[in-house]
Amino acid sequence: MSDINLQRRNFLKTAAGAAMVTVAPGMLLFDVAHGNPQSVGKVRWGMLIDTAACVPGCNDCVTACNKENGLSGGTAATDSQWIRKIEIKDISSGREVSLPMMCQHCESPPCVDVCPTGASFKRVDGIVLVDKHRCIGCRYCMMACPYKARSFVHEPLQDQNPDVPRGKGTVESCTLCVHRIDQGGQPACAEACANKVILFGDLNDPESAIAKKVKSVVSTQIRADLKLNPGVRYQGL
Amino acid sequence: MKRLVLLLLCLCVPAVWATESSLPKIDIGKGGECVKDVQWMRKNHMHLLVHQRDETVLKGVREVKNSLKNCIECHASIKDDSVIAREDSFCVACHKYEAVKLDCFECHSGVRKSAWLKRNAK
Ligand code: SF4
Ligand code: SF4
Repeated sequence: MSDINLQRRNFLKTAAGAAMVTVAPGMLLFDVAHGNPQSVGKVRWGMLIDTAACVPGCNDCVTACNKENGLSGGTAATDSQWIRKIEIKDISSGREVSLPMMCQHCESPPCVDVCPTGASFKRVDGIVLVDKHRCIGCRYCMMACPYKARSFVHEPLQDQNPDVPRGKGTVESCTLCVHRIDQGGQPACAEACANKVILFGDLNDPESAIAKKVKSVVSTQIRADLKLNPGVRYQGL
Repeated sequence: MKRLVLLLLCLCVPAVWATESSLPKIDIGKGGECVKDVQWMRKNHMHLLVHQRDETVLKGVREVKNSLKNCIECHASIKDDSVIAREDSFCVACHKYEAVKLDCFECHSGVRKSAWLKRNAK
């Protein structure tokens, strides 16, 4: 995104939200509480995925996600998939790598840029979500996402998890299990992986395991050239 | 004057008769004391829900009291743990009577969470 566009967006945001943004001196409306009020605006949730430890053919993280969020587990073009297992191969060396791929929770998310209704948004703690009350199902965000992370719900659903509302006509993607995070938990995939491939935590907290590891080992962001600064990083690619 | 009183009386009788016979019959579930006065809730529950929904979705404030889940916790039927399963279920009965479309439950579960968890246990 060019600087001009960024400035324009910021200008529009301030112009539209001037009345509502500042609640009290030094306190922004969208900076209030996040389950944990002390951490407000300082937290950046992220994941570090150790591809060397990820077992080809293992699907435990995907299964856990499907169960937690009430996805059917189908992989047809019209089925929702929030996390996928991907096997990649370097043709010249023959080296094969297996990794889970989901919404990368970009710091500058293109899905949010293109959403005409404001349904796609980023919380102050870095989690990118769809507010399904506002989503009109236009699917622009699906087109814009470079990681193909989003799915559209094509059929009516019944018997959803009371913590994970989902419905026909809206777009959805990995929420980092936001309902668990808000209660102090961690994403279902990270919990389910027996090989501890997925390390979840606060990238902004220098004392957290993830921040320490990101500092000490080589990790990459997928399509870093796009400069979206994803919150999900990969090790051993 | 006498005629006027008579006229008023004539108008009132059907009104009373109507309220008694055709009010919705609602299964209020566990019931008990609501978060606000009942009459206030009849008129304003949607405002509470919309406010809470923005707090939760945008800011992650998962305060229990005014949440849809808390409504369901008290008002889901004792018989089937749902606020939407039958004609006289808590949400359906009134919305049908008032002819107001109820679309919360196209996405949200209408079932008491404890019951859902029991059913979906490993
Ligand atoms: S990975 Fe895709 S859906 Fe997730 S924040 Fe980035 S652009 Fe949006
Ligand atoms: S499908 Fe929904 S979230 Fe995606 S761009 Fe359209 S309105 Fe926004």
